[in-house]
Amino acid sequence: MNRFIKGVCLALTLVAALPAQAAIKVLATTADWGALATELGGDKVNVYTATSALQDVHRVDAKPSLVARARTADLVVANGAELEIGWLPVLLQESGNPRIQPGATGYFEATSALRLLEIPTAVDRSMGDIHPLGNPHVQLDPRNIAVVAKALSARLAAVDAPNAPYYQSRGADFQARWQQALTRWSTQAAPLKGVPVVVMHRDQTYLVHWLGMQELAAIEPKPGVPPSAGYLAGLVTRLSASPPRMILLNAYNDPKAADWLSERIKSPVAMLPFSVGGTPEAKDLFGLFDDTLQKLTAAARQ
Amino acid sequence: MGHASRVIASVAIAAALLPATVQAADDVAALRAEIAALKADYAERVGALEVRIDQLESASSAAAAVAAEPPPPPPSAPARNSSAFNPAISVILAGNYADLSQDPADYHFAGFIPSGGEIGPGERSFNLGESEITFSASVDPYFTAALTLALSPGNEIGVEEAFFRTTSLPAGFTVKGGRFFSSIGYLNEIHAHAWDFVDQPLAYQALFGGQYAQDGVQVKWLAPTDLFLEFGAEVGNGGAFPGTRLGRNGLNGATLFAHAGGDLGDSIGWRAGVSWLDLDAEDRAYADVDSLGSPVVNAFTGGSQTWIADATLKWTPSGDTRRRALKLQAEYMQRTEDGDLAFDVDGSGLSDGYHSRQSGWYVQGVYQFMSRWRVGLRYDELDSGTTRIGLVQQGELLAADFPLLLPASPSRVTTMIDWSPSEFSRLRAQYAWDDARDGATDRQLLIQYLYAIGAHGAHKF
Repeated sequence: MNRFIKGVCLALTLVAALPAQAAIKVLATTADWGALATELGGDKVNVYTATSALQDVHRVDAKPSLVARARTADLVVANGAELEIGWLPVLLQESGNPRIQPGATGYFEATSALRLLEIPTAVDRSMGDIHPLGNPHVQLDPRNIAVVAKALSARLAAVDAPNAPYYQSRGADFQARWQQALTRWSTQAAPLKGVPVVVMHRDQTYLVHWLGMQELAAIEPKPGVPPSAGYLAGLVTRLSASPPRMILLNAYNDPKAADWLSERIKSPVAMLPFSVGGTPEAKDLFGLFDDTLQKLTAAARQ
Repeated sequence: MGHASRVIASVAIAAALLPATVQAADDVAALRAEIAALKADYAERVGALEVRIDQLESASSAAAAVAAEPPPPPPSAPARNSSAFNPAISVILAGNYADLSQDPADYHFAGFIPSGGEIGPGERSFNLGESEITFSASVDPYFTAALTLALSPGNEIGVEEAFFRTTSLPAGFTVKGGRFFSSIGYLNEIHAHAWDFVDQPLAYQALFGGQYAQDGVQVKWLAPTDLFLEFGAEVGNGGAFPGTRLGRNGLNGATLFAHAGGDLGDSIGWRAGVSWLDLDAEDRAYADVDSLGSPVVNAFTGGSQTWIADATLKWTPSGDTRRRALKLQAEYMQRTEDGDLAFDVDGSGLSDGYHSRQSGWYVQGVYQFMSRWRVGLRYDELDSGTTRIGLVQQGELLAADFPLLLPASPSRVTTMIDWSPSEFSRLRAQYAWDDARDGATDRQLLIQYLYAIGAHGAHKF
């Protein structure tokens, strides 16, 4: 009996020691935060991204495959600000994994490190898919990425303490490269300042804000509400006098309405990656902004 | 790398196991000295910082306007009153207009002992559906709880679900207790407003009177694998059809279930499962009419076992649920009942053995052909199987004395189209050819509305 207990103790000790040698498992809700976790965690993290750039992250099925990933995750990297409210709570609840419940070290929200734009003073569902905590689509302002990266580096170090120095040095390296890229992007983006544009949805707000572009109108009359024929016709009359230089479209959007409008008001459509993986060029976070700026400046020259 | 971390882990374990008292006395003295030094150091630094802050504040505020960095996170707003802890509330309103070719009052499943539950298409003309109110919140760091009330159109309040659930058990375990929809099958757990058709498949209606609710406890375990593998068991009081309360200590209504799921490429998610339900029933009464046309009440006493196989597959091109999507779903269930059937319990009181093996299945597909619009098709079938009634086999009564149990194979074909202006509203039209009575086909037209207000609900796969 005594030997049995010793055996069990030994087995338990071995089991407890096992995860220490494996890379920590990160479940990221979007491609961008997945890419950031990979940048910061290197080979010490094993990142699984729940959605792709071609998906609308508001509407995702809480698929069994995602529940299974949540079960074994050491860290969930979510966007937060209720972007994933329709599915992430189910994953967390079904996962049976106390490490990643909200409030635990293993639950990280990117937006918790940021001040959001468009925090509504009053909310009502008649206003469409609005987010009471502010516009959650923060990733298209690269300055936000730098802030989130800092917080995420610290969180990785907290979740995986033995590798804390590794995350610190990798985080510092990323920040240095990012600041360099930011300088490059700022120069590249200079001609875009003040350029009038039409956006698809409020998820381009941070991009427009960063570049100082001028938003004339949105194709969606209200967030998440597809435009009616009448609304689009109204847009044409409104915009014909002073058309925007371009219409911003995300890779995941249905292009029909934007193409229709583009034909009528003779403004080009700039199809932007929106998220890492949205276009073949947007392979990582650097590629995301390189390609976004490339597409924007190309459209601005047309 | 692996070797190094193994060494670190071993050292950490060894350190934890060492007796910690040996050097304690020396350490305390050393620590005191260190803390004193730290205090002095910090006082100095804080002083220096205060000076710098003063300098910065007196500098021009214009500097802030050109800052390249985005603004820092907002100071977290204090929760001003006790309502901050109020549970999330969501309300579902539903209703329909029904046009039925047969009288809904005599709706029943030919060949099946009536469940006394919610069956059939409901009444004719305009009907208020069940209004559902759900309250949910975390209880503390260890539990969440939820209460769902169903307000019937007849102005009665029912407790549909009221359960607690653990959030912090280790090793993938979750325990749920109270009243809850059992996790058997696929549709059993899903609330009416999330169904893809107005009503439940015939198999659920005939075998469970709608949905099987437990008053009991559930334990679930999720395997730590990339393939979704979930195992669970429940026990309860067995009070819901096809069981009854037993009027004694102990448990009734044990279930076992296993679910597996995963992805096939980027666009397909699937889930499949098997479940088993074991119940005892005591004097489970139902009304029938004997061969002479007199109303009688018969009662079953015995064991009832049901097993269910379910499979669901969702195809969404690149996972974008907003545009096109297809959901295919099928379930098969079979129930075996063994015991005694008493005839006319208030009169003759004859009783003898009873054995039945009955089954039902459905298959359905729902296709979202464009944003907001979906069409659906469902086929249902029941098989009353071979029922052995002792009283009939012994020649004491005629098969015609149990007209409800005469062999039959009811079926139904249902078509549906729905339009969802947003995640929170849905209008649906459904047309069915329902042969539940195994006689005249009931042609049913149902126009339904569903509205959700309040907290944003999250739905299971």
